[in-house]
Amino acid sequence: MLKKRVIGVVLVKDGVAVQSIGFRRYLPIGKPHVAIEYLDRWGIDEIVVLHVHAAGPADAQTVAGYARRCRVPLAVGGGIRDAGAVKRVIQAGADKAVLNTAAITHPGLITEAASLFGEQCVVVSIDAKRRSGGMHEAFVECGRRGTGLSPAELAARAASLGAGEILANSIDRDGIKQGYDLELLRAVAAAVSIPVIACGGAGHPEHMRAALACGTAAVAAGNFFHFVEHSVILVKRQLAQAGEPVRIDSYANYEGRAFSDDGRLAKQSDAALDALRFRYVPEEVI
Amino acid sequence: MSGIVIVDYGMGNLGSVADAFAALGVQCRIADAPAGLRGARGIVLPGVGAFGAAMTNLRERRLDGALTASVLERRTPFLGICLGLQLIADDSTEHGFARGLGWVRGHVLRMEPGPPYPVPHVGWNEVEFRSGARLFERVAPGAHFYFDHSYHLDGGAEGATATCSYGRPWIAALEKDNIHAVQFHPEKSQRNGLRVLRNFARYVDACHA
Repeated sequence: MLKKRVIGVVLVKDGVAVQSIGFRRYLPIGKPHVAIEYLDRWGIDEIVVLHVHAAGPADAQTVAGYARRCRVPLAVGGGIRDAGAVKRVIQAGADKAVLNTAAITHPGLITEAASLFGEQCVVVSIDAKRRSGGMHEAFVECGRRGTGLSPAELAARAASLGAGEILANSIDRDGIKQGYDLELLRAVAAAVSIPVIACGGAGHPEHMRAALACGTAAVAAGNFFHFVEHSVILVKRQLAQAGEPVRIDSYANYEGRAFSDDGRLAKQSDAALDALRFRYVPEEVI
Repeated sequence: MSGIVIVDYGMGNLGSVADAFAALGVQCRIADAPAGLRGARGIVLPGVGAFGAAMTNLRERRLDGALTASVLERRTPFLGICLGLQLIADDSTEHGFARGLGWVRGHVLRMEPGPPYPVPHVGWNEVEFRSGARLFERVAPGAHFYFDHSYHLDGGAEGATATCSYGRPWIAALEKDNIHAVQFHPEKSQRNGLRVLRNFARYVDACHA
């Protein structure tokens, strides 16, 4: 059966991978290609690289650099406003193009991109803020301009225009590690019959489980994966233990391991640790 | 010298396919015209996008005839990836009706798994393959590969060697003599994907031993 996807988001600002808080504060993490390599090595299912506050779309050389060591699907977004940009990004090595502001300003681009490369190449990402009365409003231009539209409405429009997937992101939850905006996710998932990717607010693997329970096909996180060794494997193993169908292919898979309240590995007994010193893991040559 | 040629017909990125082979130490070259197929010991046809546009591109570059001559007549080892699996069938109903290369009997239709399964079928799914399938040597049964498609090769198609399940079984791979094809993306399926590519590269070498 098809598994739920765990997706790593790498936000890039001025060529640096950054941590984002509320779409306002950006703190440097390091080189994007290093983040990509680690995510891939730890068995991430897919990687989304987003250029924030981009003057224009990423150039071919940059995209090729991201794709070079990425053995999982790569989606690239940020500043994509015309078909030429979609073409360059895909032909440079991306598998999918992510459209955000363009979904409002150039909605025809969704259809054009889908007809050029197929709907499965088009991801429309929607950033949302909570409004009074429990409603949400979609924002574009990295959270600076309100659209007056509900994310669910925008998602349905995008799907009818040819989008293959929706990435639903919460601006309020971004970077505060309090969990995803579950009402946002439920609303968007109910509005479309294409896959929805949850994003924004992960602080603990339990948050990911709750997000998947809203009907999303995948769960994405940016900041969350950057700070802990094997973070991807920690998440996947805990999701698997909670009964979610996920793929765990990496050699390090933490099967049978216990986790502490903060979602990290619980320490094993000294005897078990001792035995690990003599475990031989031959490197596989494919 | 692998002699493996990756066909460029303007449909999506082939860099990832070339990179994946390169990670295995298998150097490939790119061909965007019939002359480039000369001397090829193996041919890879990747592809992402619409069937109709793809066939148009192949015909415009005269690659359809050249590929058929190389693969069907000279029996050059062949690997089709994603759209590359669909193009070798008889026809497709994507955005209208278009004829394919017709190397294997079968029709390409839109996936309709029914609720609650969204289309496209995107993500990692388990592939069950029949024993002896060349591309899956040393791959564990039920191994995961990455799929991303809205159209599929119908169940009656000839040569099917593997399926995946998404509401119901769908063809994931086929093999017919020197012709191989996969619906998933081996270049985007981490280690399992690399194993599949290695198996094809070994077959290419074995054919020229």
